[in-house]
Amino acid sequence: MIPLSYYVAVSVVLFVIGLTGVLIRKNFLIILYAIELMLNAANINFVAFAHYAQDVTGQVVSLFIITIAAAEAAIGLAIIIVLFRKKATTNVDEINLLKW
Amino acid sequence: MTTPPALSLLVILPESILTLLASFIFVVEPFVPKKKKAWIGRLSVVGLLLSGLTIIPLVGRDITAFAGMITLDAYALLFKGILLLIAAAVVTLSFRYVRVEKIEIGEYYGLILFATVGAMLLAASTDLLSIYLSLELMSISFYVLAAFMRKDPKSVESGIKYFLTGVFTSGIILYGIALLYGMAGTTHLGAISAYLSSQEAISPLYVVAIILLIAGVGFKIAAVPFHMWAPDVYEGAPTPVTAFLSTGSKIAVFAAFIRILMTGLHFDPSHFGPLGDLKNWGWLLWWVAALTMTFGNIAALTQTNFKRLLAYSSIAQSGYLLIGLVAASETGRIAVLIYAIAYALMTLGAFATSILLCDKNSRGDQISDFQGVARQHPAIAAAFVIFALSLVGIPPTAGFIGKLYLFNAAIQEGFYSLAVIGILNSVVSLYYYFKIIVAMYMEEAEEERVLSVSRPELAVLAAMAIGTLLLGLYPEAMIRMVMTSVQIFS
Repeated sequence: MIPLSYYVAVSVVLFVIGLTGVLIRKNFLIILYAIELMLNAANINFVAFAHYAQDVTGQVVSLFIITIAAAEAAIGLAIIIVLFRKKATTNVDEINLLKW
Repeated sequence: MTTPPALSLLVILPESILTLLASFIFVVEPFVPKKKKAWIGRLSVVGLLLSGLTIIPLVGRDITAFAGMITLDAYALLFKGILLLIAAAVVTLSFRYVRVEKIEIGEYYGLILFATVGAMLLAASTDLLSIYLSLELMSISFYVLAAFMRKDPKSVESGIKYFLTGVFTSGIILYGIALLYGMAGTTHLGAISAYLSSQEAISPLYVVAIILLIAGVGFKIAAVPFHMWAPDVYEGAPTPVTAFLSTGSKIAVFAAFIRILMTGLHFDPSHFGPLGDLKNWGWLLWWVAALTMTFGNIAALTQTNFKRLLAYSSIAQSGYLLIGLVAASETGRIAVLIYAIAYALMTLGAFATSILLCDKNSRGDQISDFQGVARQHPAIAAAFVIFALSLVGIPPTAGFIGKLYLFNAAIQEGFYSLAVIGILNSVVSLYYYFKIIVAMYMEEAEEERVLSVSRPELAVLAAMAIGTLLLGLYPEAMIRMVMTSVQIFS
């Protein structure tokens, strides 16, 4: 049986990749993917902990998270499309109307 | 401990009404002729008030429903009442604004109702899962609302910025929740607290989880150093949405934050050695509170855009509210709630002034738009003066009572320096609020403007102004109500 720490390690690596992606990438879509990585890192944690504690809560939580992630992606892509129609760009650096 | 289904449904009765109404709006919206869309707004106000009425028979009950996910106690009910009133005021303020900005679409009101449902459930959640779900319900509605003026590049930009930071934040919160779950084996706040109390030593996992949770919630309440999104989003979003975002959303997140900290993560720190000495999360919040107050006020000094100025002011107000959480005593909790009520009144009022000044020629969000308002509309100017005094914390206003309790709580628990920082910050904030008052009373408008103010807007403005003054003069009833509601923590 694979020990719990392996799962947690994978999850931490995924989370850090996602976090770095959000902070350094410039494309909206890629930032969105990076955020999905962060959510799924949490998912791995929930499922792994649930399995090892023989507790069903974590698995239920991860189902909810998948649903929410889908809803977020739908809303986010809609906003990105509206933005693309206005500015024809997906680069965060070109979205600079609002600043002091 | 299982609650019968009928009783469970009673617990979420106010939310159910709003959910049904919002769904109804989404279904019938395409069939409503363009000229009749205003009725959807009126219907929403009726629904919000109706939902507020159903709270009254629930007062005094204490029921936990849905396997410990949602609770109905005095604390949740108080917040639900506040949030419903805020939402009703926001919808009323939108009537003319959506016409002027040409976003007269029924979904606007439907989304506001959904955001309200999320905020109300957030205040009533006692489980990390339900907290996360209601937080998302509220935030997803707000992402769309912020980008609602889709013809206006600023609004779309504000929407995308809010979306990216918001989703990023929920990822961080979620990871914190996952770690807490892995450690305690449960997501229920009461059970987490019981687990923490039974432990001999503090786990490093717990420290990481706390930092992730505080960072995530810090984003939502726009606390420094997680505040960067707030000014941009507040400036670009439609003004009523900004008003709702800065009051309703922030207050609901504070309600959940208090529950997480005081029920879930509350335990006796004395037997934890060096990490326990740091008063668990208190020291982290101390710094966040001090930085938030100071940065918010200093950045507000140079602003020329009214909404941006209020955004920085609202960042500073989050800092004041955090003082009560740092104190973490009974007085601290009472202080946070009192200041949250005062904050809702005065901030909504200040945004209402900006909405009243909006017409076809200007959006009413530049400080120059306020020039000479006192000459033409003395009542609007006078109302703004009341809100400004309250925001600074000058008696006899609600803001003064709130700050009095906050600083008192800090001093009682020995956080003298934090109270001093707070008072100095209030002095700094005088400058930028009076800049607007000076523009209203002493400067002349470049061209004469005749505002087409509507009655509902004026009614909301008057209600906010009177409320701010009344709670400042006769705060006893409010304080009694707040005291009963925080008893669930003792």
